This record gives sequence, C-alpha cells and structure tokens, in this order.
Amino acid sequence: MKKCVLAGLTAWMIFFTAGCGNVHQGDPNAITVWHWMADRHEAFLQLAERYKEKTGVAVNFQLFTPSDIYSQKITAAAQAGILPDIFGILDKTSVIAEFIKSGFVLNLKDTFAENDSEWQRRFFEKALAVNAFEKGNTYGLEPGIYGVPLDMTNMQMVYNKKLLKDAGIEMPPSTFDEFVAMAPKLRAIGVTPFVSGWGELWLIDCFSSNYAFNIMGEDKVMATYRGEVPYTDPDWIAVFRIFQVMAREDVVDQGIVIKRNKFAEQDFALGRAAFAFNGSWCVNVYHGMNPDLDYGVLLPPPVSKRYPLFIWGGAGSSFVINAHSSKQDKSIMFLQWLTEKDQQKFLSEATANLPANRYALADLPPELADFAGGMEHLTHPTLWPVEEDAVVKEKFTKGLQSILIGEKTPQQVAQDIQAAKTRQVERAGARRR
Amino acid sequence: MSVLTQKFSERWKGHLTSFLFILPAVAIFSVFYIYPFFETFNLAMREWNGISMLRPFVWFQNFQDLATDTVWWHSVWHAFYITLFALTFQNALAFALALACDRQIKARNFYRVIFFIPPILSEVVVGFVWKWILEGGMQGGYHYGLLNHFLSSVGLHQLVTDWLSNPKTALTCIAVVHSWKGFGWGFIMFLAGLQTIDRELYEAAWVDGASAWRTFWNVTVPMMLPVIIVVFILTILGSMQAFVLILSMTNEGPGYHTTVPVTRILFAMTGTKQYGYACAMGVTFGAILIGLSLTLKKMQGRMKQV
Repeated sequence: MKKCVLAGLTAWMIFFTAGCGNVHQGDPNAITVWHWMADRHEAFLQLAERYKEKTGVAVNFQLFTPSDIYSQKITAAAQAGILPDIFGILDKTSVIAEFIKSGFVLNLKDTFAENDSEWQRRFFEKALAVNAFEKGNTYGLEPGIYGVPLDMTNMQMVYNKKLLKDAGIEMPPSTFDEFVAMAPKLRAIGVTPFVSGWGELWLIDCFSSNYAFNIMGEDKVMATYRGEVPYTDPDWIAVFRIFQVMAREDVVDQGIVIKRNKFAEQDFALGRAAFAFNGSWCVNVYHGMNPDLDYGVLLPPPVSKRYPLFIWGGAGSSFVINAHSSKQDKSIMFLQWLTEKDQQKFLSEATANLPANRYALADLPPELADFAGGMEHLTHPTLWPVEEDAVVKEKFTKGLQSILIGEKTPQQVAQDIQAAKTRQVERAGARRR
Repeated sequence: MSVLTQKFSERWKGHLTSFLFILPAVAIFSVFYIYPFFETFNLAMREWNGISMLRPFVWFQNFQDLATDTVWWHSVWHAFYITLFALTFQNALAFALALACDRQIKARNFYRVIFFIPPILSEVVVGFVWKWILEGGMQGGYHYGLLNHFLSSVGLHQLVTDWLSNPKTALTCIAVVHSWKGFGWGFIMFLAGLQTIDRELYEAAWVDGASAWRTFWNVTVPMMLPVIIVVFILTILGSMQAFVLILSMTNEGPGYHTTVPVTRILFAMTGTKQYGYACAMGVTFGAILIGLSLTLKKMQGRMKQV
C-alpha cells in the first residue's frame, strides 16, 4: 500500500514539475522558433528541412494563431521564463521595449557589425530600423539592433481596375477630392466605393496617421503625442473631417466600423468594393480568394500639398533571440542563413511578401512590385521618437468610428481625445512624483 | 513504545495517508483556483503592463479610476441589457417550448433535438453566421445580408439598415442572437422540471374544474419555481459574461456601443496593456455577479416560504 502511494506521488510530482523547466533547452542540436504567421508556416518548415540537411541543426518552427493569442502566449512565456530560442514580438514599440528592458531579448548590434557589417548591409534600411533603438531613445534602452527582419510590408490603397472602368473612371484618383468625387459613379454601378477593416482599431489609426502627416507634418504629430499640441488644433480637426466627408459622401458603408480586415479583404476580392486600404500581404490573400482579380496599387490620395503623405511600412515581421537561451550562437547562425538572398527569395515567392533582403527583390509579381514602389514613403510608429499613450489611442480610434456612424462631430471627438490626453498626462505626472 | 504513543502514531499515519490522497486535488485547486484568485486581488492594486518585472503598488488607485470610467459603466449597463433580454425573452421562449414539448405532440423528440442545436454550436460560428444574416452591404444593387434582402424583397425598404453598425440596433441584435443561442439550455432544464411534476396534481385540478390558465398558475409555476430560479441564475451568469459573440459580430463596435465588461477587461489586458486596471475590473465585475447571485438565492428562499 505504502509503495503504491509513494509511486503514485512520485509519478504525480514528475508530471507536474515536468512543465516547470525550460522545455526548449533539451536537444543541444535543435532550436525552437515560435511565430504567428500561418501563411508562412509551410515555407518555414521547408526551409527548416533544408537547414537541417545543410548544418544538421534541427529548427522546430511552432505556429500559434491567431496573432493576439500569440501575443498573450509570449507575454505569459516571458513571465514563466520559458521563451523559445527565437520568437517574434507582434506588438507596439513600448511593448517590444519592455521585453528588451526586462532582459528577454538579445542585443545583436555587435553581430550585425561583424565582417564589415555584411549582415546589416543586406537589409533595407527601413526594415532594420524598426528593430533598432538609437542612443537617447525615449524608452531608455541600450542602443542596439534587437531583431532580424524577415520581410517588408507597407500599407497602401488598392483599386479594382474593372469596376473603375465599368463606372467610367479612367484613372485612379490623384487627390482626396477626386477620390470622393468618384463615389457616386461607383454607387451608380452598385458597388461600395471603399472598404477597409476599420473594426480593427490599428487599421483606422494607420489610415488617419497617413493624413495627419500629410496635413500637419511629422513634427506637429509628434508634438501632439508629447502633449505640446492639443487634439483640438485645427489641423487635427481637418484630419477628423476626412472621416466625416467619407461618411457624408457615401464613400464608405456604415458597416466599415465593425468590419474585420478579413471580411474587408473578401469584399474587395469579390468585387463588392472598388477601393480598399490594406497591407502588401493582401497580394497573397486576394490571390487565394480570387485569382482573376485585376487590381492596381496607389498611395492614399493626398488631401493637402503642405507636407508629403507617408504610409506605414517597414519590417513586416521580425524575429528576436532569447537572451536567456543557451543556443544563442546557433540561433544567430540560423537567422543569418534565413536572411540570405536565396532563402529570402524563396520566402518571397512562396508567400507573396516583400523580402527584407534588398538583393532578393527580383521577379516579384506585378502587384507586389507596385507595393515595393511605395518604399520611399515609409514611416511607422516603431520609427517615431515618441509613442502616443495607448488609452488616448483607443479614444482616438473609437472617436473616428463615432464620426463615421454620424454620432459625433470632428470637434466633439477632438475634445474627447484631448480630455483623455490631459487625464493621462496628469496621471503620468502623478506617477512620476 | 507505550500504547498511547503507538495509537497516536497510527492515527497520524492514517491522517498522513489521507492527506497524501487528497494532496493532488488540493495542489491543483490551489494552483489553478486559490492562487489566481488572490493574485487577481494583488494585481488589482498594482500598476503593471504584463511584462515588466516592476509592479508598483498603487493601493486603490485602479478602483478609483474605474469608478469614474464612463466606458466601463456603459459596458456594465450593456451586460445588464443583454441579461434582461435573456431573462425575459429567452426564458419565456424556452418555457413556452418546454411546455409544448411536455405534451403528447407528434415528433416531440425531433423538436427537442432541434431546440438543443443552438447551444451546442460554436459561439464564433454562430456569430459569423448571424453577422452574414444581419450584414448591411450591397452588391450590384442587391443586399447581400439575408435579413435586408428579405425585407427589401417583401417591400419593407424603410426597415433596411446596417443592423450591426447602427448604434440603435447593434446591442439589441447581439441580445437577440445571444438569446437564440442560449434558449436551448433553459428549454432542457424547464422540460426536465416539467416532467417531474406529479400528473395527479393536474388531474386533481381538472376534477376541481380549474381552467388551463389557473392550472398553469397554481400548479405548474409553483412546482417549477426552484427550476426557474436555477435557470435565472445560470442565465444571469452566462449573459453577463457573454463576449465571444460580441467579438465575432461587432468587435465591441460601433464605437463603444456593444462593449461589455469582459471585452473591456480583455482590451485593457491585450490592447492598452493595463493588467492591474484589468484585474480591478475583474474584481469589481466579480463582486457584481456575486451580489446578483446572492440576491437571487435570497429571493428563492423567500419564494419558498411563500
């Protein structure tokens, strides 16, 4: 009886304590990679097989979807100390910075600088910049490069060539006014002029920030984030008015405010909408939904000539190396191999994404090449010196939704956002005290 | 060794053996229930972004902020609205259908299966199917949302709207779908309750000349009261915590019109990274739910006395 109890207890203890260690440290000749990119998983597995044949090192790619669940998983894994050798951080800069500050991410600055910066030079500057923190950065991080970009992405507008032709529109719009003026013609042929997944707050934030840069320039946008310019400033009202005009002139359906991007992509691919705002990954998505879709790519038509219109873009996805991993060297070698021209070309062809390696750009599909054409207009929150408070950002994006459904005016929304901003600034001041 | 010491040691051995047997259950319960419960209280008094090793203690600041957070209190009201809708329409429908199926009608087993299908469907699937039904968009001059297509084809053009993005209809649509999804549970419980009522009570009422309506009020309802209270408690707990349907149908939008406490908690954790604040929301919401359950339990006790 005693023996049975003891055996049972021991088995139970082993069962429970087995999960407490770092399970990824087992095989010295294997590294583990966690990621969220379902569309790239097959390609990753093929590359892992090639790498094993070449070096004998097994790379265990583990996919966790959807992306928000993945984000929660790595946060929990960081707390539990069971992060894998390589992982991606799919979040805003402040969160990436927190991972770095907490010592979970390896600084690759010296590795990038080796051999006359050979590894660094193969990337597009903007792709690497997303993972770099300069001296004196606002997050108080040690300067360095903390991530390895895999691919590039940017957010632009796409248009259905056939629908525009059916509506008697010969050329895509070059100004915002022209774009709005096309709405009645498109409505007349029974299609929605514009669609986007603005039920996802980041997407409406991205679109609005393009126009904020266009109307007031980067400096004033950053000054607003620092709390030096109020959201009730006429330039911000002009940004909010863009959404009012889009709703009033029937450019968008009311349903856009609850639409997830997946459904917006479906609407565009099935010819229900003539224009869409989406990222360069859409080339792959649209091809999967409707291989015959004939569409072009354009920058969001500017509303002003005062400042250039910038679009969000940069590294689409990046991998970082676990600073506590015992296989850092192996992880670095794998990422160096993964970002070589051949592997990047393979990834780009297999997944229709823009490569992060500048030498792998050849032979892109035409739509993807069009997206690549917008690279000189790139910006991204991860590149900005300051980041807006997340609570204020939520008020901002929800406010834009309120304008689109005709519930609030631009002025009311501006006041709401400014009230939230003032509250957050006061709270931050109180915390510092 | 004296007899007393031997007895004492044997008793302790017995206790120890018993303890070893319950140890796995105690450990599991402690790790997965008791520790998270107290940790939630602990985190509710801290400012934490979910990643940082620093978790400064802010005492009741999070609760103070919550008290003035209008979006939070709107979300609580939305949860109450969905719950009230479920308590009335959902349970009335479930009770009516259970009464119908309790009688000797044809194909009653078939109806029982049909009525129990919605609860066993995935909430995400139900959400997306209803989203398609309530969709407001048009293609080639036709509404591709099923409801709008039907309304316009029968000439009710004035009723056509974008049901889920219209602030006036969005929350009610969620409440309707939630009730549709949930009435099967009530139906099964009501039916089980109805079948336990002694048939002789109905026969006695019939012999006494009671009408169908009087029999219902004086026999069925009092006998069903314990079941009704349990169904009400489960409806309240289920409806107050509804969120998968909301995320799949409206993603909290438009604006904050379909936000509920659980989506606020989720967004505070994953969106704005305010883990401490989210825990304060969780504690507050938990207290509201406990308060509601206790009130219902008390009501049940009083009704039993009546």
